[in-house]
Amino acid sequence: MMKVVFDKPKALSDTPFHYCPGCTHGIIHRLVAEAMDELNIKDKAIGVAPVGCSVFAYKYFNCDMHEAAHGRAPAVATGIKRVLPDNIVFTYQGDGDLASIGTAEIVHAAARNENITVIFVNNAIYGMTGGQMAPTTLIGQKTTTSPYGRDPKMTGLPIKMSEMLATLDSTYYIERVSVHDVKHIKQAKKAIKKAFENQVENKGFSLVEVLSTCPTNWGLSPAESLDWVKDSMIPVYPLGVMKDSDE
Amino acid sequence: MEKVLMKGNEAIAEAAIQAGCKYFFGYPITPQNEIPAYMAKKLPKIDGGVFLQAESEVSAINMVYGAAGAGARVMTSSSSPGISLKQEGISYIAGAALPCVIVNIVRGGPGLGGIQPAQSDYFQSVKGGGHGDYHLIVYAPSTLQEMVSLTMEAFDIADLYRNPVMVLGDGMLGQMMEPVSFEKPPARELPEKDWSTTGCDGSRKPNVINSLYIDPEELEIEVNKTYKKYEVIKENETRYETYNCEDADIIVAAYGTTARIVKSVIDMAKEKGVKVGLIRPITIWPFPYAPVEAYADKDHVKAFLTVEMSMGQMVEDIRLGVKNKKPVHFYGRTGGMVPTPDDILSEILKIVEEA
Repeated sequence: MMKVVFDKPKALSDTPFHYCPGCTHGIIHRLVAEAMDELNIKDKAIGVAPVGCSVFAYKYFNCDMHEAAHGRAPAVATGIKRVLPDNIVFTYQGDGDLASIGTAEIVHAAARNENITVIFVNNAIYGMTGGQMAPTTLIGQKTTTSPYGRDPKMTGLPIKMSEMLATLDSTYYIERVSVHDVKHIKQAKKAIKKAFENQVENKGFSLVEVLSTCPTNWGLSPAESLDWVKDSMIPVYPLGVMKDSDE
Repeated sequence: MEKVLMKGNEAIAEAAIQAGCKYFFGYPITPQNEIPAYMAKKLPKIDGGVFLQAESEVSAINMVYGAAGAGARVMTSSSSPGISLKQEGISYIAGAALPCVIVNIVRGGPGLGGIQPAQSDYFQSVKGGGHGDYHLIVYAPSTLQEMVSLTMEAFDIADLYRNPVMVLGDGMLGQMMEPVSFEKPPARELPEKDWSTTGCDGSRKPNVINSLYIDPEELEIEVNKTYKKYEVIKENETRYETYNCEDADIIVAAYGTTARIVKSVIDMAKEKGVKVGLIRPITIWPFPYAPVEAYADKDHVKAFLTVEMSMGQMVEDIRLGVKNKKPVHFYGRTGGMVPTPDDILSEILKIVEEA
């Protein structure tokens, strides 16, 4: 018999992803599922799905899932975790969700050091609604609502959520990673797994920001999109550990 | 049973705890602050009990949404402007068919309004409030004892029908003191919460709590299912009280605080030779249309008068019940003004004179 060297994680369902070609949500979903498999937490995990491109996360993760309104996932997760402190509760949120409409919810969940795991997918644009400006949109970046390029005089500067949340004394672990190449995907996996492990060990609020692509709304090919993450996004959103209370 | 003198808001909180509510998420707003304060004091002393002050009403109701999804008995409370903020979450909770209890101790509005008692959130409570096709079950107690019993009942009703239930009081009921006893309502047979997100533990397929149906045909099917449930609720849970209606010339419709005041007006009217009856909806959704119509059909009833602390909201439901069979008059005070018995009596005498 041949040895299986690559398989679908158990924490992913059989539902095919709806994501656009070249979008890295698929990779990030897989990393989250692999981490759940390796820590053997799928059966006690409860995921909170956001609004936006990853709204159907509740169809893709093979664990109990709770859909939330735009931005409110950290509050919903708080409600679940306070009732079921021994379960593993995670949110999966995009930048429109977490950095715009849900800023209060994420800041205060972090400030309370809720023992939850947050996967924050930042692609610098609103995807699902058709490519509008996000708080994370880069200076000069063209979107449907910043058609002449984002003008900081008008709309301010990109919000660096990870840096901002790391300033809160109570947060346990904040890291920014990227999935634009294999080396970085491996680092992202490590960070995501650690964010879940922290919760298993009751350490507290852990957030992993993952730089992600949006070929459709960026108007770039999948390959160009990966380069854009590396060349344009990482200089604005530097990778690395912003805070790790283990160190 | 032993009676205790309690403030309305504290009585609600104690009733919730005795009904098995272990989780409370809220945000301060006058005139309901004694509820979260009571919960903050008591819940941490209960095994597993949690009181959490959220960063906003929006967060508080979404914490309720999560806790209800996790299968807990959970409550939040607020007052008018705060309830407006909670409407987004209430729509999602109704959409996902989750049980929870929401207390609204109404104050004057619109906008920041005032902090005095009002009934101007009637439309918001019974005609929607949030977006989409849905209803809350809304209890409108008029005494503190009833606030206790209906709050207790609300948790069972929420679990039974998988529907959010609102206890609608006002600043007067929240702030006044009366002796109350904490007798539990008769036990109902309640369904298992096998839909809740508690971690699937390898023993079942994953549960999903959701209100999203991208396919419009699927969404319509879901909404229709909910509306079938509402028919059962209308059939089984509509509650009201009538008082002195049997031979009344004038029937006054009022709920909550105004109904209490109308009760004293009935005796005052009797002295003037006018027979006044009261119809008091206890559930304002579902609304007791049938008894209203039954009295509209009686020959001895000459007219209806609706008394509210609003510009006239419940009067629309009374008109729907009366079906143009008798004249319907309205008397309302608003902005936090409470009508006096004399105010109401002179309205009644005016109607008698005109008739």
